[in-house]
Amino acid sequence: MLLPIATMVTEIPISWYLGLGLVMFCLGGVGVVVRRNPVVVFMCIELMLNAVNLTFLTFAAYGIYPGLNKATAYQSAMNGQMMVIFVMAVAAAEVAVGLGIIMAIFRLRNDVDVDDMSSLKN
Amino acid sequence: MNYTIPTVDWSLVLPFALVALTGIVALIIETAHPKRDNGLIIGVSLTGLAATFVLLLTQLVLPPARTFGNMVLRDQFSVLLQLICVAATAVCFMFSDGYLREKKIAFGEFYPLTLWALSGAMVMVSTDNLLMLFVGLEILSIALYCLAGMSRSEARSEESALKYFLLGAFASAFLLYGIAFLFGASGSMSLPDIQKAVTGLTRDTLPMPVFGVMLVLVGLGFKASLVPFHQWTPDVYQGAPTNVTAFMAAVSKVAAFGALARVLVAAAPLHQYWFEALYWIAIATMCIGNLVALVQKDVKRALGYSSIAHAGYLLVALLAYTRDPDKVSLGTTVFYLIGYAAMTVGAFAVVSLAAKGDRDGSRYQDLHGLYRRAPFATVMLVLFLSSLIGIPPTVGFFGKQLIFLDALRTGLVPLAIVLAVNSAVSAYYYLQIMVAAFVSEEGAARPVSRKPGAGMTIGVCVCAAGVIFASLLGGYVQETTRTAALQAKPVPGRVQNQMEVINR
Repeated sequence: MLLPIATMVTEIPISWYLGLGLVMFCLGGVGVVVRRNPVVVFMCIELMLNAVNLTFLTFAAYGIYPGLNKATAYQSAMNGQMMVIFVMAVAAAEVAVGLGIIMAIFRLRNDVDVDDMSSLKN
Repeated sequence: MNYTIPTVDWSLVLPFALVALTGIVALIIETAHPKRDNGLIIGVSLTGLAATFVLLLTQLVLPPARTFGNMVLRDQFSVLLQLICVAATAVCFMFSDGYLREKKIAFGEFYPLTLWALSGAMVMVSTDNLLMLFVGLEILSIALYCLAGMSRSEARSEESALKYFLLGAFASAFLLYGIAFLFGASGSMSLPDIQKAVTGLTRDTLPMPVFGVMLVLVGLGFKASLVPFHQWTPDVYQGAPTNVTAFMAAVSKVAAFGALARVLVAAAPLHQYWFEALYWIAIATMCIGNLVALVQKDVKRALGYSSIAHAGYLLVALLAYTRDPDKVSLGTTVFYLIGYAAMTVGAFAVVSLAAKGDRDGSRYQDLHGLYRRAPFATVMLVLFLSSLIGIPPTVGFFGKQLIFLDALRTGLVPLAIVLAVNSAVSAYYYLQIMVAAFVSEEGAARPVSRKPGAGMTIGVCVCAAGVIFASLLGGYVQETTRTAALQAKPVPGRVQNQMEVINR
């Protein structure tokens, strides 16, 4: 079922949005694994969160879920959009804490390369 | 169009609101008297926790209820898990003061941050809405990232904070992506709705929720430290200050398993897709946790691996429950979590006595001579470790026995056998820790300073009481959670009704 707010958006097939989301998510995931600077690693995580947001908004706009009546479909769309706000707020809080931790490490050792962080071992 | 404001039952959110408020009060006290005696902060925090504990006890007998548009759920399962979290936090507070003083990180901020993390954990277990679950998880995690890096002059504390932070954020991205697909498949964040939606799906529409469930399990598996996602656990347990490790080991695991239980119950219609995977994850978690713990030379690290192994045992209990909810009860999981929290917090409390100056003495030889300095605490350490091994009549034994029987009853015989073998294997490294505490100071001797304070003694006594007497609660927990698990099943249509009012 299509929602009126989304008529313009939905002229593009849903798979394009979901595909873009998936590509962004995978790029972010690969970035987390291969990059060595924690700031860049965290930027890659943000990219993954953006992919998540795009996916939520896509589902909210297209509303393809079967078996919902009109009232619940509206509510579903709101649910998805509300989630995006929460994800953004939480990501902002994570940035604040994360940069604080990176700063604290930089003060201790003047270097933040994640590959050198191996003092914790048996 | 007339809109009726839905009635809100505030008693459902009161426990975690109370905890968060206590945190705010504690922070105000710290701001008024920075870097002074923390006695007042501890007093206020413990009072708040005691009030919350009593409040939760009165709610234990109430029937299941929901409020805030089904966002908050209270049933016996959630109340019991919240009780465990609150009690574990209180014990952490009791022994923290002496430890933080010894390590010269006696900031009052520890208490408010821990209280807020606790409120996040409580939110996580008292909801079956994925949005709330995510928000609770992040409240818990973000506060824990700060707490892990609390010892700012210590490189390994900072390192553990960074590792925890990066991997935690990575895992919550997976969790969120999974939630997005479950939302796409059902149009709802509420687990009962999702359960209903995935029940009637055909072959073409199935991949989306299956993908979603898998990703959510990855995200929660990280929090619960199940095996392919466990690498952070030993590092963070070793690097973080010991009182934070104790909190993390108990509360964060309770919250993760509470959330995991709800998700798995909701994902039951997709049983055939995830059960096999979790079956092997449970085996791997038990075996790898225990085998790697055998070769550790650091007590906190070994206990970290042991917590991975215990996550494996808990997963067996959950799998048995999801396989046949009629035959076995969710109470096994709750009961094991009670015991696990008591024995783990107790063990970490005693291990924290090995800290010396600004160094966290946590290698086996750092425990040498502990018996001479703190005989009572060391004897209690033996009790906690025997419970972790599973020696009767401790709660660890009865917990494992219940899981074992559940696994047999639901036909998961291989899991039961792996569990029994692992319990035997684990005895080796727990005994090593015990022996280390009784060796008198030779060779690696170092001047030890701190005698256990009153707070430590009380905290350890509470944990010991939990380890010894929690077994008596077994039947009660089984019974209450049996009914709770049935009644916590979907209450459909309530939100829908409100929407119909709006449209009229």
